[in-house]
Order: sequence, then C-alpha cells, then structure tokens
Amino acid sequence: MTSITTTAGAPGTDKTLSPEQLRATFFQLEEHHHPEGDSTMLGFWMYLMSDCLIFAMLFAAYGVLGGSFAAGPGPKDLFELPLVAVNTAMLLFSSITYGFAMLAMAKNQKGATIAWLLVTAVFGAAFLSIELYEFSTLIHEGATPMRSGFLTSFFSLVGTHGLHVTFGLIWLFTLVSQIATKGLIPANKRRLMCLSLFWHFLDVIWIGVFTFVYLMGML
Amino acid sequence: MAQTTHSPTGHASSGQAPSAAHPHPNAEDHHDLEHGSHGSLREYAVGFLLSVVLTAIPFWLVMSGAIPDRQTTALVIMAFAIVQIVVHMIYFLHMNSKSENGWTMMALIFTIVVVGIALSGSLWVMYHLNHNMMPMTHDMRQMP
Repeated sequence: MTSITTTAGAPGTDKTLSPEQLRATFFQLEEHHHPEGDSTMLGFWMYLMSDCLIFAMLFAAYGVLGGSFAAGPGPKDLFELPLVAVNTAMLLFSSITYGFAMLAMAKNQKGATIAWLLVTAVFGAAFLSIELYEFSTLIHEGATPMRSGFLTSFFSLVGTHGLHVTFGLIWLFTLVSQIATKGLIPANKRRLMCLSLFWHFLDVIWIGVFTFVYLMGML
Repeated sequence: MAQTTHSPTGHASSGQAPSAAHPHPNAEDHHDLEHGSHGSLREYAVGFLLSVVLTAIPFWLVMSGAIPDRQTTALVIMAFAIVQIVVHMIYFLHMNSKSENGWTMMALIFTIVVVGIALSGSLWVMYHLNHNMMPMTHDMRQMP
C-alpha cells in the first residue's frame, strides 16, 4: 500500500490556505504493480535464516550431548582429520565454481553456466560420497547413532547438513535441465540466485561443523 | 510503505505515482538481476583465497599441535571460524546493509541474536542441569 501526500490544492481554488494546510494523507487501496519475483530474494533469505535456526538447535544439541560418550568411542577414536580436510576442500571448490556459474549467468553464457553448474555438482557429489563413506565406516565400527548421546547428536547435525547438500544437488540438476530447455530466462536467473544463496549458506554451516565438531573434537 | 509526494495534477492518474518513483520497474528488476548481488570475478577470487587460508590454518593448528594449550587452540580456531563466516557472508553471499533496503541485514542480525540466545542459553542451562543432577555430589541432609 502506498500513502500519497498532496502538497497543494488545485490551482486557483482556495488561496487563503497555504500548501502546508492543504496537505492531506490518503491511502491507495489498489496494490500497485509488483514485478514477478520481486520479493523472492528477500523471502528466500528469510527461509535461509530459519534454516539457520534449525542448525543452531542441532549445534546446541551437539554442544550439550557432545561429551556424553556412554563409555563408547569419542571423537579422537573416530574422526580422521585428513578426510575432513579433503571434504572441506570439496565444498569450498564447489562454492567457487558456483560463483563462476553465476558470473557466466551474468554474461548470459548459457553453455558456460551449465558447465560450471555441472562442475559444482561433481564437487558436491564428491563431498557427499566422502561423507557417506565416513558414515558407513563409523557404523561399521559400531559407532552407530544409537551408541551414545554424542553419536546421536553428531549424526543428526552432520546428517542434516548432508541432507541439505543432497537436496541442493537435486535442485541443481533440476535447474540444469530447466536452463537447457528454456535458456537463461529471468525466472531461471532468479532460481539460480536462490540456489547460489543456498549453496554458499551450506558452506557457511560447514565452517561451523568442521570447527566445532571435528577440529575441537580432536583437541 | 513507500511515500511519494507530488502535485494533485500528477495524481490524477494513479499509475503515475509508482511509475514516477520507478521509471521502468522491469528495467530496475533487470538491473537488479544483472548487477545486484552476484559480485565479480575478483570478489569470488579474494573470497576463495581468504577461505582457503582461513581453513588451512585451523586444520594445521590442530593436526600439528602447534599450540600446546588446548584452550588457546580452541579459542584461536573459533576466531578463525568466525572470520571465515564473515568472509563467506561478504564475498560469496554478497551481504551488505543496502540489499533489499536493509531487510536482509535486519533478518540476519535478528537471527544472530536468536541463535546467540538459544546456543548460550542451552549450553548454560544444560551445564548447570548436568552439574546439579550429578549423583552423590550434594549432601541431601543440608537441603531445607
């Protein structure tokens, strides 16, 4: 809704009143035109912030339960930092390649955008594979989510992040096929920008994960 | 709510108010998409290099045990994490106080406050709960 303030009456009607006295406020009942997708970025940002709260709760759970080993294995018995370092590198590479996809999109280069998106998908898939390998090794060693409070909160936190990456990948492939068929139309650009926020946001969450879970667990 | 001021002759056509403020709404939208929030090659390169450095140092600190004191190492890697999060926010998420009229920044500040309260509150309360529920630490005869 827009409120419009008039500064003067129609010329020549009432000369005794100053323009200030004629100032009137009224409200437009009709919504004026909003371009399609005008509020998408803000709305998506709001979603990311609420997602942030989900992760904050999982971090809090890990902070509370992270020391409850129930006489089971602890971080030092389970985590392999070189593997985590490789994983972190994969996610960081995927972030920069997504950035390159956005730059190609800005130049309206359809082929380059799709190519960089696929490179991003490769790094994202590598990240997921390494994470799944880590999880399967842990479960093989008997460090299942049921073993202790520490492992429950660990699998919830890292697993939720992994699920986000999985859905990000599904979204990415959906967008690749949409760009391939419809080109870089404004709607697709908007979607690419949303996925960009989502993808970089996941990298931000991963900073918290590798610092608080892996690095501090190994201290 | 956008507030526009114009003469009554102008408001005869109600469509003029918004179009005066935004001469070409579609062009502006287009402009947003073209230059609004996805940086330059330089920005991404700087962000990436900073991230690599800010990731490598904490990993090296922990893996080599360069600082013998655990507490100090923990504080240092936490500081690196916070700096890296800020770097990602600026160079990858293109956060600034002006995007969406500052509403993204407001939402971010609100979220940080809520996350801060929730995290510190949870850890604080649960620490004291664990402490007080510890078996055999309190002499019940002294309780009122």
